[in-house]
Amino acid sequence: MEGVTLSQLLQVLVNGLAVGCIYGLIALGFVLVYKATEMVNFAQGDLMMLGAFVAVTLIGDVGLPWVLGLFMSVLALAVFGYLLDAFVLRRVLGEPQFAVVMLTIGLGFIFRAVAGLVWGYDPRSFPTPYTGKSLRVGEVVVSYENLTILLGTLVLCVVLFLFFRYTRLGIGMQATSQNQLAAYYVGIPVKRVFSLVWAISAGVAAVAGILLAPVSLVQPGMGFIGIKAFAAAVIGGFGSIPGALLGGWIIGVSEQFAGVYLPAGFQEMAAYGILILALILRPEGLFAQIQRKKV
Amino acid sequence: MSYLAVEDLSISFGGIRAVDDVSFAVDEGEVFAIIGPNGAGKTTLFNLVSGIYFPDGGRVRFAGRDITSLPAHRIAPLGLARTFQNIELFEHATVLQNLLIGRHVHRRSTALSHLLFLPAVRREELEHRRRVEDVIDLLELAHYREQTIANLPYGVRKVVEVGRALCLEPKLLLLDEPTSGLNPEESEDMGFWIEDINRDLGVTVVMVAHDMGLVSRVAGRVLALNEGRVIAEGSPVEVQKDPAVVDAYLGAD
Repeated sequence: MEGVTLSQLLQVLVNGLAVGCIYGLIALGFVLVYKATEMVNFAQGDLMMLGAFVAVTLIGDVGLPWVLGLFMSVLALAVFGYLLDAFVLRRVLGEPQFAVVMLTIGLGFIFRAVAGLVWGYDPRSFPTPYTGKSLRVGEVVVSYENLTILLGTLVLCVVLFLFFRYTRLGIGMQATSQNQLAAYYVGIPVKRVFSLVWAISAGVAAVAGILLAPVSLVQPGMGFIGIKAFAAAVIGGFGSIPGALLGGWIIGVSEQFAGVYLPAGFQEMAAYGILILALILRPEGLFAQIQRKKV
Repeated sequence: MSYLAVEDLSISFGGIRAVDDVSFAVDEGEVFAIIGPNGAGKTTLFNLVSGIYFPDGGRVRFAGRDITSLPAHRIAPLGLARTFQNIELFEHATVLQNLLIGRHVHRRSTALSHLLFLPAVRREELEHRRRVEDVIDLLELAHYREQTIANLPYGVRKVVEVGRALCLEPKLLLLDEPTSGLNPEESEDMGFWIEDINRDLGVTVVMVAHDMGLVSRVAGRVLALNEGRVIAEGSPVEVQKDPAVVDAYLGAD
């Protein structure tokens, strides 16, 4: 390797931010569900995988137009998330956290197995109208795939922000996440809000899957990056939406830098190394939202 | 017909009859108190009336409508608000935000019109603000308007919770132990506010209370419960003298 140049650094940074967006979006799914229902959904990565497969099927196999296919995939996953809560997760509401963890890990296994049965285990590529094109800014090359990841994440976050800040339902969701009983008594249908939060979270996972699919391959195991996204959520404070994105970026960027500038193996360890470091230095996360439970 | 009618209400938890065949009727405009020793079933009764538990038997009627099987979020829009003994507020939000969310059932505009900031949304929002400010003035909360609940003393939180219930513009207000944990001065203020709410705003009040001083001052009629059953009903003086009530509190000879 010749001397490190600025454009090379920028290049690695951009790639890292793009990967980080994916981690951040999955982390966002973790955080949304956790804030509202105090459940940790370990199947979040697998929901992303399902979203990617549905998109591949609708666009690649059925031949729907690109935008319509994306929209339908997100909608399909949102409906799936809603039903998943209404029929499965509501049964364990209020049970010990461990039961929820085991249930969602189990759901993850089921999703992977079903995906394997339906779509097979051979990795599939996800052609897009912009595959192979790229944008050059000086010496930095940003592929259209990465550009869509960055822009898609930005748009989604703005939409979510406006939704939570300004709509009756969004404010009702915030209220529910702070005090379910109080929310119930000011007239918020708490059960439906829970299911809708799952719907949003699954829809966000589908967006992450669709954005990731062109740069990765679509296969049943792709949801395992959910573990790194979990680390991102923890680093961000596990209750904070900006924290989840920032955590994703930190992990994505450091992973890319580790891959380029450190010996082989470090790239895979980077996410967990940073997680351990974060837990030692700032256990409450970058954006502390969770106060210690008062007794 | 009575405004709030509870008829033969019962619920069991395991083998315990927490509320056992309880009936009472509250007229419009009354202040009605429910007393009884610990574990008498007072809060359980509130939870049955306000739709968090559903009874094994009996009926609850409010303003001529059967609300027995309605969940809490469907009861609130009918004009029934409540507070909790241990205060259930949105801890990380400000006093103002807590009161504004109390207006949730009165919000009509859709998500789309909100995102577009239509004039109708502005008008609605201003109306909500005005109503909330009225409550802030009534309960003298102006000083705390922008403070986060988690930073407020217990006594103020208790008032904020009453305020949030008022923002719903209730016709019937259920207060669960409105003065528990308050110092004598705060309890006295709470008594005045309950009178104001009843007299000036015309809200019918049903309260669970331990504080007999408060009950004697503000309540017109009192229901005494023990072990899930009604043991006495009448004016505060009558109920306090009732031998069954004295036994329940002090133990029978």
